[in-house]
Amino acid sequence: MSAIKAKHQRLVLLVIALLALIGAGLLAAYALKNQAAYFYVPNDLVANPPEQGRAIRLGGMVEKGSIKKAADGVTVHFIVGDGKARIPVRFTGITPDLFVEGSGVVAEGRMEGQTFVADNLLAKHDEKYVPREMKDMTAAQAKQVVAETK
Amino acid sequence: MIAELGLAVLWMAAALAVLQLVAGVLALRPEGRQLAGLVRPVAVVQGALVAVAFAALVSLFLTTDLSVKLVAENSHSMKPFIFKLAGTWGNHEGSMLLWVTIMGVAGGFVALIEKRLPENTLIATLAGQAFVSLGFYAFLLLSSNPFERLAEPAPEGAGLNPLLQDIGLAFHPPTLYVGYVGLSIAFSFAIGALVTRDVGPAFARAMRPWVLGAWIFLTLGITAGSYWAYYTLGWGGWWFWDPVENASLMPWLAATALLHSCSVLASRNALKAWTVMLGVIAFSMSMVGTFLVRSGILTSVHAFAVDPERGSFILALLAVYIGGALTLFGLRASTVTEGARFSFVSREAALVLNNVMLCGILGIVLIGTLYPLLTEAMGVKVSVGPPYFNPVSAVFAIPMMLVMGVGPLLRWRQDSLEGKGAARITLPVGICALLSAAVLLGVVLFAHHIKLLPALGLAVAAGLAPASFLPLRGRNLRRTPLPTWGMVIGHFGIAVALFGMASESAFSTEKLAAMRPGDVQQVGPWTVKLDGIGPVAGPNWTALEATVAAGYESAAPVMLHPQARTFSNPPGNRTESALKTRWNGQLYAVLGEEGDDGRWQMRFWWKPFVPMIWYGGALIALGGLLALLGRVAADIRRLVATDKIAYRRMKQGR
Amino acid sequence: MSAEAKKKPGLAIWLPLILFAGFFALVIWGLVRPADREVASAFIGKPLPAFDLPPASDDRPGLSTMVFKAGKPRLLNVFASWCVPCAVESPQLAFLASKGVEIDGVAIRDRKPDVARFLAQNGNPFARIGKDDLSQVQLAIGSSGVPETFVVDGKGVIRYQHIGDIRAEDVPMILRKLEEAGQ
Repeated sequence: MSAIKAKHQRLVLLVIALLALIGAGLLAAYALKNQAAYFYVPNDLVANPPEQGRAIRLGGMVEKGSIKKAADGVTVHFIVGDGKARIPVRFTGITPDLFVEGSGVVAEGRMEGQTFVADNLLAKHDEKYVPREMKDMTAAQAKQVVAETK
Repeated sequence: MIAELGLAVLWMAAALAVLQLVAGVLALRPEGRQLAGLVRPVAVVQGALVAVAFAALVSLFLTTDLSVKLVAENSHSMKPFIFKLAGTWGNHEGSMLLWVTIMGVAGGFVALIEKRLPENTLIATLAGQAFVSLGFYAFLLLSSNPFERLAEPAPEGAGLNPLLQDIGLAFHPPTLYVGYVGLSIAFSFAIGALVTRDVGPAFARAMRPWVLGAWIFLTLGITAGSYWAYYTLGWGGWWFWDPVENASLMPWLAATALLHSCSVLASRNALKAWTVMLGVIAFSMSMVGTFLVRSGILTSVHAFAVDPERGSFILALLAVYIGGALTLFGLRASTVTEGARFSFVSREAALVLNNVMLCGILGIVLIGTLYPLLTEAMGVKVSVGPPYFNPVSAVFAIPMMLVMGVGPLLRWRQDSLEGKGAARITLPVGICALLSAAVLLGVVLFAHHIKLLPALGLAVAAGLAPASFLPLRGRNLRRTPLPTWGMVIGHFGIAVALFGMASESAFSTEKLAAMRPGDVQQVGPWTVKLDGIGPVAGPNWTALEATVAAGYESAAPVMLHPQARTFSNPPGNRTESALKTRWNGQLYAVLGEEGDDGRWQMRFWWKPFVPMIWYGGALIALGGLLALLGRVAADIRRLVATDKIAYRRMKQGR
Repeated sequence: MSAEAKKKPGLAIWLPLILFAGFFALVIWGLVRPADREVASAFIGKPLPAFDLPPASDDRPGLSTMVFKAGKPRLLNVFASWCVPCAVESPQLAFLASKGVEIDGVAIRDRKPDVARFLAQNGNPFARIGKDDLSQVQLAIGSSGVPETFVVDGKGVIRYQHIGDIRAEDVPMILRKLEEAGQ
């Protein structure tokens, strides 16, 4: 409980701060090594498969004609490809709005056997772009807007 | 006309910022003394002019002047009023103008009212403020002029991203911005104090209200952002450790540390160099955050306005300001006199621990956020998520929260936990600790499915909530100063938010199903029935809306209406989740797609006590507000008193 | 001991600057690295598939693959009258046309009167306009939305695919791509 010796207070504080900083750095380095989710494209996944069950991300294009809904109504099966390899993916949940065939997708999940089981799908957003699939929903309104503004 | 006026006024404000910088620098030298009187008025006028420029842009957006490029690209005549207003800052140029506006107005305000600091330090501060503003003026005027006209007026505006047409998001970025820019004032104070080597309690007291104000806005911004992500993304989560979220969290962590070290410096004249350092770090984190979000250097689910070129401009500013400030710090810090001493058991020591732990979390978050970039430099793509951030930041957060229960009870300089201290500190804190231990034991014995982190969170929250009120014990509540109330409420808010976070991950139940109208599902204590699905229309969207009858246990059902919205201009989709809040939690419903067989995807969560996260955030901000009001009121009383004394002296002198 | 005590703070004071320099180096690298965040189109470097589309407008001929083998690089713009960004990019297309760039259009799932009104309102930079009612050509050239613009060299090989509307700042890049395709 003694007061810190006058001369050394600054040094002690500094050492504490440095230790905490180094500790944080080491802890972060250690945890990152184990917890970071690596990003794969299908070709990497085939060439260099990760251990089963490890959290990874898979990025690629949703193959045209590959999206199939399972009988429970909430599970989808589809194929993600990169032009070289094709990986079957299973996802249970509500797919994002921009998840469509022929578009890019990043799936978070893990390999189980030969299938990639996704917990989450991230589809690429772009505000200046009209995907073809949305045409039918917006054609009438878009036309109306274009007509009204001239 | 208004656009030209805005641009002209903006140029004038920039010119005044140059004058403010040059006059400030010269005034610090003996030969330029007579310029000292110029700095304050120039800062005030600069603030007023830039405010006029911002008002001009607001009026352009409100009138939807389509001859202005920015308006044509980001607004639409048919957009609701509130989103026209929000369109002003919902884009790169407008947000930069908002940034310089807040900086200019705040700088003018400092120039107008700050009387405590030695005049030289204040002049150096205002010069620093002008220096920081100038970078943003240059950015605005040279590469992103918000008032640029189109050669021909556009027939109609291009609208706003439908994801951004949300009232929460419309006001969320400017809230964070006010926080970021408030930290720039703290940065300028730190620079001013380093330049004149005048780091002392007066500096800390002058800086504190600005740090507090910035911190309140950051707290509100983060809380609102988290709630927004929770109900719009439709994933049921409230924090994703996404780079954009981390970008707002890092300045908050640094500002929280700064706030606490400021109070040590103000009350005890200790931690001098450290406080200055934190002032620099806090603003660096604001800039780093802005840079990470704007440059698109890290991929994020919420990245909207990504532009690598603009990113490099912000990076250049970051290099100049932060590199410069750290160099100045390196040169000057060793000449800053050493602070007052304190013992291991003292409030200072507890606050040092708080600072070290907050900086530890800051380091963890920063490293985790940048790690994907680092590995990519070595050719490996990774992403870092909750499995890293949650446990590793808890390593620092939990000890910090334990000390938080004790720290406010300790005396400055030196205290003891035995003898007299036992009744005052050890006993009540011990009772709170027992409460924590009991909760932990209860979880271990009766709820094995709860994981370690939520269990620890529940336990710490149970102890911290009563402990945060201990500083009020034995006080006359009416005479208790507002800043003390602020501290108590802020700390209690931390406990409340922690409880919300822990119970969300400990007790949530989820149900995902394909349902036909008429189908019934069970979600925790709720019985949900899909009544039907039909179209609805809004001002600029159409939607499919599900009608869900949800009954809590045996109570009469309430109706929920989750929607899948389609925006027309520009086209885009968004799910609108439906929430039913009870005192003990929230039911969360999302409508998905229609299957081929006429069934609809529905997703439900029952999240006990989840609103506590945001109530806690609001309490933390309220605590900050009370402290700020207390400080400002005290400042005003003192200003009035000194004015009276000066007036009397003047009279007597005659 | 006292010498060490003096030395240590001296070095530590510079530590933040050193860390910041590390951060700076990292993000500089991040900014200058080649942008590979988008999946490159699989059709770049491949010849246009054979097609022959009827005209979508009364005053312009239809569009066939033969046009692209005439030895001069051209732009192929996939658009539709119902598409708002397509109207937004029309000044940029008009500017490119005024620079002597030959632009051919493919109108996706459109009707002649609608196309005519669209062109009347937004200008007509096109040399030829093909009508692609079933999106066949669109899909065959790897386009999944409107608007999209392709740079096709003089031998009918796709050199560049631009997804989304051409903004004013994209124009120099498009011109450069055309120049590269002409070499």
